[in-house]
Amino acid sequence: MDQASPLLQVTGATVRFGADAVLRRVDLNLYPGEVHSLMGENGAGKSTLVKAITGAVPWTEGRMTLAGRDVQIASTEHAIGLGISTVYQEIDLLPNLSIAENVCLGREPRRLGVIDRAAMRRRAREVLEGLGLEVDTSALLGSQSVAVQQLVAIARAISTDCRVLILDEPTSSLDLDEVAELFRIIRELKARGVAILFISHFLDQVYEICDRITVLRDGELVGEYLTDELLRVDLVQKMLGHEGAPLRARDRETPERASGEALVSGRGISAGGVVEADVDLGAGEVLGVAGLLGSGRTSLARALTGVTRLDSGIIRIEGETTDLESPRTAMSLGVVYSSENRRRDGIVAEMSVLDNITLGLQAERGIIRRLPPAHRRELAMSWVDALDIRPADVDRPAGTLSGGNQQKVLLARLLALAPRVLVLDEPTRGIDVGTKVEIQNLVGEMALNGVSVVFISAELEEVLSVGDRVVVLRDGRIVDTVDASSLTTDGLLALVARPDESEV
Amino acid sequence: MTGIFKNRLFWPVVSLLTLVVVNTIARPQFIEITMRDGRLYGALIDILRNSAPLMLVALGMTIVIATRGIDLSVGAVMAVSGAVALTIIDGSGNPGSLGTVAVAVVVAVLVALVLGVWNGFLVAVLKIQPIIATLVLMLAGRGVALLITGGFITTVNSDPFSFIASGYVLLLPVAFFISVAAIAVMSLVERRTALGVLTEAVGINPEASRLAGVRSRGIIWSAYIVSGTLAGVAGIIYASNIKAADANAAGLFIELYAILAVVLGGTSLSGGKFSLAGTVIGVLIIQTLDSTILFLGVPSAQSPVFFAIVVVVVVVVQSSRVRGALSRASASLTRAKTDTDDREKAEVAR
Repeated sequence: MDQASPLLQVTGATVRFGADAVLRRVDLNLYPGEVHSLMGENGAGKSTLVKAITGAVPWTEGRMTLAGRDVQIASTEHAIGLGISTVYQEIDLLPNLSIAENVCLGREPRRLGVIDRAAMRRRAREVLEGLGLEVDTSALLGSQSVAVQQLVAIARAISTDCRVLILDEPTSSLDLDEVAELFRIIRELKARGVAILFISHFLDQVYEICDRITVLRDGELVGEYLTDELLRVDLVQKMLGHEGAPLRARDRETPERASGEALVSGRGISAGGVVEADVDLGAGEVLGVAGLLGSGRTSLARALTGVTRLDSGIIRIEGETTDLESPRTAMSLGVVYSSENRRRDGIVAEMSVLDNITLGLQAERGIIRRLPPAHRRELAMSWVDALDIRPADVDRPAGTLSGGNQQKVLLARLLALAPRVLVLDEPTRGIDVGTKVEIQNLVGEMALNGVSVVFISAELEEVLSVGDRVVVLRDGRIVDTVDASSLTTDGLLALVARPDESEV
Repeated sequence: MTGIFKNRLFWPVVSLLTLVVVNTIARPQFIEITMRDGRLYGALIDILRNSAPLMLVALGMTIVIATRGIDLSVGAVMAVSGAVALTIIDGSGNPGSLGTVAVAVVVAVLVALVLGVWNGFLVAVLKIQPIIATLVLMLAGRGVALLITGGFITTVNSDPFSFIASGYVLLLPVAFFISVAAIAVMSLVERRTALGVLTEAVGINPEASRLAGVRSRGIIWSAYIVSGTLAGVAGIIYASNIKAADANAAGLFIELYAILAVVLGGTSLSGGKFSLAGTVIGVLIIQTLDSTILFLGVPSAQSPVFFAIVVVVVVVVQSSRVRGALSRASASLTRAKTDTDDREKAEVAR
């Protein structure tokens, strides 16, 4: 494929915000009919490069050619006009409009100057059916699941005449079937000669779909490789810049579960999407939770932490029946929750890292007993240091940090409360390999210190490596609880997937 | 230097100073302060005195807006509080006694506090949208005030009561000290307790705050209580000034001016980060503008238009988009200038 000339070529791209160069002299070549992966840790400059290509941030230096011609992208509309479509990680659609309106937003079919709604719905349905999604296109987007919203975003991107398609973490909220479906579409687009830039933290997916990989590190180009010629170990090493921390860092001792008494024990918990779940969590135990999207894993976490009230069932903590009427009540009992949606339910984006880290502690102390500023700063600094939050600037708005660092800020807030039970809902979603390992190791450390952890992840391998026992959820019910050591990823997959599918 | 430019208060302060300078140029006695009978007089002193009701209301509004809310009922609460105070004084045998006035003021402020509790209940507990929840009292409040006064404009002659708005202590008007006290108490509470940071957290991201264990219900509720109470005090100053309870005119449109003051001071209507200092400056801008209209002798028929034009100019100048465009334009101007300078120099050299 080398003989073909690149459709989109970026040379020497440099982007500066103030004094910081977040991208330094990066090259990228996208060839028509090829899937190209952009890899790197959080903060490596992947998002910035994407934003530079799509005109969302101004270039300091560098040039870009599209089909051999110099282009200067003035705005995102301009980029779309040139055939560069992007699907962002954070879905940027309008939840209060219908699916059809979202797909056709900004280029609604018109008749006599008025929007032709029938034509719009038809067009949206055609595009979505092409994606294998059959939904009522007049339904409000906000009422759909995240996965459907993601597919609508993709439908929107490919409904234009796109020559370059950029997918930034498109699979982080999709389940296995949906990922397979997405890959089918990517292959189709590839056959049509579209150049695709695919960004994902899932190495499996990268190796399955991508032809070529460009690796960035700390805003600089590490290199461009053919996927076939790059071993995974080498890829990880290039991304991290050093020998990666061992993925299975924790020497798991068989947890000495106090016989009989569990720290937290739930019986017949029904709340939201989970039905009659029985859960036991010992002190210092890591309980992995595996299940597909919508299997009730998040509902279980929210029920255990007082975020949603129980419809029925009881939760005992140290044998005492409790009524977790709010997250605050749960926190006062030492049970804390980190949401899967850290941007919406986690950090307070416009507040500083310092304020975010100390928020939980301050909330616990109440309005009157203010943490002294010097103490607050010291506390925040020590957590920034302990969890290696980057940049190590506690006065920076938390929203400007990368996803992995936001997750760390959130963990710092919870850990500052000295919890007994840590419920982590997909704490490693959408964050880079290095940070992921750090968080997994942190969970191990907490467990060794006697903190109980409920660890939810869509990645089965991770659930197995982190958890002592694994609870398997399917369609809102706990179908099995197994020792992690007695299970392989394939075995767990068979449990998580529907029985009829596991036969295949 | 850039630090000063980036400060949120930079543009509000510039707007205020510009207004003062324009007034002084138009009529130099604007800036004059004279001393008579141990009291200071002058246009600036009048601004400080007359701004007191708006100052109190706007401070409360700032906190409410920081929680993503809005309190439209402040004007009506002012009317109710004035009506309560005057009815008590009017009904007592001895309107001139300090005791009567004290009782009247305390009861009126307590009634306003209860109205604030009501607003907070609707918003924080029943989760009614703030604009609707406070609209209820905005419309009903004046009716309640009329009911209290029996449909009349109650007037009283009570020296202690008049003293609140017209009296002087230590050279300066009492009303001014009331607003300074309110500013001081609010700033102290914000600084010395965690109310400021928790209010901002709730305003920026209510759900994340709830998950972090913040008792957002209490925080939102207390914001409306503060706003109601301050409006009650403002109502008393207003009534004291005209020595009457006018249920229809008291605090008319003050909610809109208060919102304007908050926004001029740099607090976003979408909630979150707030600045009490900014609101103080916003109030002073509005009051100075008001005085300007009187001072420059703008015909009263034209004054609303004049007021509106100035406000539009101030708001536009403060908008980040316009500011960005201005700085870009000035940058390109200086560049163009240096270019021509260079060219001229080059030509001279030749």
